[in-house]
Amino acid sequence: MTPYSEDLLRGVLSQHSSKGVLFALQTTQEVLGYVPDSSLNVIADVCNVSRAEVYGVFTFYSDLRKTPPAQVVIKVCVAESCQAVGSRTVVDELHARGYDVHAGTIQDDIACEQIFCLGNCALSPAALINGVPMGRVTADALLQAASEMKQ
Amino acid sequence: MTKVFIPCDSAALSVGADSVAATFAAIAQASSLDVTIIRTGSRGMYWLEPLVEIETTSGRVGYTNVDARALTPSVVADMVSASDLPNSIGLVDSFPWLAKQQRVTFARVGVIDPLSIEDYEFFGGLVGLRNSLQETGVGVVEMITESGLRGRGGAGFPAGVKWRGVLQTQADQKYICCNADEGDSGTFADRMLMEGDPFTLIEGMTIAGTAVGATKGYIYIRSEYPHAISTMTRAIDVARSHGVLGESVLGSGKSFDLEVRAGAGSYVCGEETAMLESIEGKRGMVRPKPPIPAVVGLFGKPTVINNVMTLAAVPMIMAQGPAAYQALGHERSRGTQVFQLAGNIAQGGIVETAFGITLGELVDEFGGGTRSGRPVKTVQIGGPLGAYLDHNSWDVPMAYESLAAAGGMLGHGGVVVFDDTVNMAQQARFAMEFCAEESCGKCTPCRIGSTRGVEVIDRIMAGVDQSKNLVLLEDLCEVMADGSLCAMGGLTPLPVRSALKLFPADFGVNGGTR
Repeated sequence: MTPYSEDLLRGVLSQHSSKGVLFALQTTQEVLGYVPDSSLNVIADVCNVSRAEVYGVFTFYSDLRKTPPAQVVIKVCVAESCQAVGSRTVVDELHARGYDVHAGTIQDDIACEQIFCLGNCALSPAALINGVPMGRVTADALLQAASEMKQ
Repeated sequence: MTKVFIPCDSAALSVGADSVAATFAAIAQASSLDVTIIRTGSRGMYWLEPLVEIETTSGRVGYTNVDARALTPSVVADMVSASDLPNSIGLVDSFPWLAKQQRVTFARVGVIDPLSIEDYEFFGGLVGLRNSLQETGVGVVEMITESGLRGRGGAGFPAGVKWRGVLQTQADQKYICCNADEGDSGTFADRMLMEGDPFTLIEGMTIAGTAVGATKGYIYIRSEYPHAISTMTRAIDVARSHGVLGESVLGSGKSFDLEVRAGAGSYVCGEETAMLESIEGKRGMVRPKPPIPAVVGLFGKPTVINNVMTLAAVPMIMAQGPAAYQALGHERSRGTQVFQLAGNIAQGGIVETAFGITLGELVDEFGGGTRSGRPVKTVQIGGPLGAYLDHNSWDVPMAYESLAAAGGMLGHGGVVVFDDTVNMAQQARFAMEFCAEESCGKCTPCRIGSTRGVEVIDRIMAGVDQSKNLVLLEDLCEVMADGSLCAMGGLTPLPVRSALKLFPADFGVNGGTR
């Protein structure tokens, strides 16, 4: 069973069919929170390309996800500037609490994912929690903010 | 009525600027203080954020590191009356860190309401565009060439030459693409400008478009910058409703419009041809050159591709003339560069100054050394593909050629500082790992070389067949540098080789200990 209306999605996507496959994938994720397998056929149809082509674009970009996201997503920067002020420690501490940022583990409806640079390099280590920027973070501060956001 | 300025820049938000603004407004209202809170970009003095500024007759007075929880009715009243408080820094414009800079591209960032086109015009905006609309396309391209403006994305290619190529190519459609995929760690100037003064970028792109005959422009912004995407999108709407964009730009009869496209988490899409593929909706695979994008670019049409900082420098050049811009700089690097101080640094932020400032001045004088207080061990300039440098490079003037001669790369002007606790073998390994993660996969040296690179460095670090593996690593670096299709694989050896050359002991090499 499809957990969403294909017709509804088709309606949204066909307004922007000229903007290409990536835009359609991003729009799908914006509307549904992720890109369900079955939506690839809808996108292929709307954009008039093969399903394989859509799949190729889908798998290239790390933002696009094939499963629903956790309620709260913590994106931790692991690039050089944040490494210089302890992002490796943040990552290790999150790991010790059951969150593997490489795998994007979901636990208690909170996910921790790695990201390469948020442009907040003067206030490293940086993170983004459901789109809200945080600077000079620790693992504790991140998980605390995430659990507050869940309520 | 007193004007109060509080940043809405995303980095300022990351240390609580939103709650400062909300608390300040609530207290001011409860205390019946006559204030207007204006949200601005950031001045780029990030170690002082949230920085609240109060307008007085002699200028704006600043209060640093304002904590929403510490705001009481009496503190707010004191701030509104510009009284002395322990965290006041007096007139912000006279604050030495800022006063020593030459803010050209960043003149309005942190000063104006980013979405007020009235503010923008009041502070000198749209003069350049109006001037350029009086000129022929050839005339505008000449002025940009004369100014000596070079591409700020990293390669330093003369902007005027690029524009001339597109101007001279006949086509039914041309495009301007702004590369706002600022993926290098340690860089945030593009983000700040888009969040703090988006009309400058719009004006620069409109000048480029109307000059070379392009009617459509795209701004490709990475998805890691949600605030920049939102501000830029809203600014385009404002510009359109004020006739800056549209069928007839400022009534000139020339048409130009803009669209924001968001990236989707791919570093290599900052490479210009991969970016074009991504805007077209495809996988971000690098295209072989030639043909260059100026001839065959977006959707196969002639396309100007410039970085945010390049295009944002254009309005000033057109407003004040190329000579004013040309007068600044060092050797063949003309104008100003927006340096970004990042990583383990006490006073991180934006330093805009003429090319030629030394690395030491940036790190020690502006940066104030490390945040941890420990000695600086190394700095990485120009993002993940830039070289690591040490104190021996402290006197190198920061400019394209002089830095290249010192074995470095200016790139986008980001300077990431590390203290003496960093292990450089780990950093070299990360450079390879990052390349493996982000390679588009089109060419073999980058796709496979990066993975082999991680393995070889692991063996060196473990002391396995060290001398043989060092030869292998050097060989691998040579293949990647010479055989890769773009800078992703081509420059990854730069941080690896420089780390190994400067800090062999970190690799357990030369009898050193890890």
